[in-house]
Amino acid sequence: MDDFNSETDSDYTSYWRDWFISSRGNEYFCEIDEEYLTDRFNLTGLNTEVQYYQYALDLVTDVFDLDCDDDMRESIEKSARHLYGLVHARYIVTTRGLAKMLEKYKKGDFGKCPRVMCDQQPLLPMGQSDVSNTSPVKLFCAKCEDLYNPKSSRHASIDGAYFGTSFHNILFQVYPAFIPPKTQRRYEPRVFGFRVHAAAALGRWQAEQRESMKDRLKQARVETGFEEEDEELESEEDVDDEMDAGPEAFEHGAVPQQQ
Amino acid sequence: MSSSSQVAESWISSFCGLLGHEYFAEVSEDFIEDDFNLTGLQSQVPMYKEALEMILDVEPEDDDDEDDEEDEEDEDEDILGDDKPTGYRRASDRRHLRMASDLSVIESSAELLYGLIHQRYITSRPGIQQMAEKYELQHFGTCPRVFCNLCKVLPVGCSDTPGSETVKLFCPSCLDVYTPPNSRFQTVDGAFFGTTFGCLFFMTFPELEIGTVRQSAAGAADALLAIQAAQKASGQAGTALNPLPLTINGISPSNLAPGLGPGNIYEPRIYGFRVSERAKSGPRMKWLRMRPVDITDLDETRRFWDGREGGGSEMGDEDSNMADAVPGQAVDRRKKLVGRRRRTNGSGGTGAVGGAVGEGGSPMDTNGVGIVGA
Ligand SMILES: [Zn+2]
Ligand SMILES: [Zn+2]
Repeated sequence: MDDFNSETDSDYTSYWRDWFISSRGNEYFCEIDEEYLTDRFNLTGLNTEVQYYQYALDLVTDVFDLDCDDDMRESIEKSARHLYGLVHARYIVTTRGLAKMLEKYKKGDFGKCPRVMCDQQPLLPMGQSDVSNTSPVKLFCAKCEDLYNPKSSRHASIDGAYFGTSFHNILFQVYPAFIPPKTQRRYEPRVFGFRVHAAAALGRWQAEQRESMKDRLKQARVETGFEEEDEELESEEDVDDEMDAGPEAFEHGAVPQQQ
Repeated sequence: MSSSSQVAESWISSFCGLLGHEYFAEVSEDFIEDDFNLTGLQSQVPMYKEALEMILDVEPEDDDDEDDEEDEEDEDEDILGDDKPTGYRRASDRRHLRMASDLSVIESSAELLYGLIHQRYITSRPGIQQMAEKYELQHFGTCPRVFCNLCKVLPVGCSDTPGSETVKLFCPSCLDVYTPPNSRFQTVDGAFFGTTFGCLFFMTFPELEIGTVRQSAAGAADALLAIQAAQKASGQAGTALNPLPLTINGISPSNLAPGLGPGNIYEPRIYGFRVSERAKSGPRMKWLRMRPVDITDLDETRRFWDGREGGGSEMGDEDSNMADAVPGQAVDRRKKLVGRRRRTNGSGGTGAVGGAVGEGGSPMDTNGVGIVGA
């Protein structure tokens, strides 16, 4: 671990937090406001979660002045990082925290969706549990609404509870303008000269599920949220369907009959 | 370059050893030397002959225009073996001069040619076998999707035309494609792997176990609950699932998108409460990761459409392969596969390509390993 020298008093800047969020691997974290950290109400219950709680808090808020050996120092350092993470999970669902994370999201600080059809949609960090040490941080794509593993191993070891299960969903509730239009474009496994592929049947089944969802939404007068080009796409494809695979095509012998 | 030194690596293995070329198989010289496999490539690759020679590390042949051109660069002779006839050496030297200016053109032509041959090679029997070994060794990496549990992926192209898209990774567990995690693959042409390879691979090796074991007991419990809920929702509670067919189009049901379906779909929650579908920020994409609990539903879908429309011509034999484990039933189903594609609604997003290929497409056999770019 990088050494942080907190001997240099707390003047006005947040030395420890500056160091923490600019450390390699901590790119997903935003900086928690001083006021938030110093309001005991926001830390309710964390004293039982964190070893050396008070020292850790002192370190995070740059008022640490305990004279101790290196082992102790290292333990407190570790506790401070854990404490920061736990507070972080609470902070990022506040108005200020959401705004900060939104800025990071806009910059693509959390990476882009690896799914080809999502067209580089920026991701958001999330946890699959709010209990610490359950599972590492994952990335949520608002376009395909799925979860991905971070590319880098240094991110894969961050506790998902430092972001929590709600933050990314709250963000889009608070900033609906940032919900990306959904796409129904998808990868179609193709093999020249193949018999029906099970994937194609599954794809059709899924499309039926999607259409019935759209019907439900239309009945409830809720926007479906799909990008406009999809509608055109659909009608084009209908034409294709009929030309390529419609009954006429068979009658004209486009496909040899085997029965 | 024109002299293939005796110890040096072949062009092919050095090409495959380049950073970013980890996905490539080493095409065997036998395959390249069979002209049949190169059919039609000549017109696609500039300086085809030179490129082919470069790939095969062969000395350029003596051309008819091998004339008395003074060889200025005698130092080159040292590189060439002493056992070569003088005339040959001269030609080589001359070519050397020409290559100095054209070398980069030939080099890139050779890469293009190799890529196009590679696209065909990996759908041939030895090629697909070589890719299978690379697959098992996880040379292509794993699916980034959390619910795919690190399922191994395969390099594919989304186009067979070079220069259109870079290589992508196909995951058999979610049937989706992803951008390789490392940017060094963003210069690799997807056409060098092609659109056919991905599916052909898994149809060629149906015994490959692509499903992955759930990591935690909690995950398994969640999945069980989700499956039960799904069953209840589809009114099947209490009734046993239909016995699984042994294969679906040559694929075992447990290998059909095992990363999809109940338990493998992200459910958005806020403070533990599900976000409603009707909320503006509610879930809209679950369908993309759905899979019927009872895989024979894929067939029942057909029944539904058949019941609605009836009439029309028979679909041909292809569809009966959907669930061919129960011979008696399969025949029944065959009768019902009528005029289904007529519908104007719907499955549009998916239907077109998959459907067209699947049903209307050429009914060639699934064992068509070695069918090259149509
Ligand atoms: Zn996505
Ligand atoms: Zn996957």
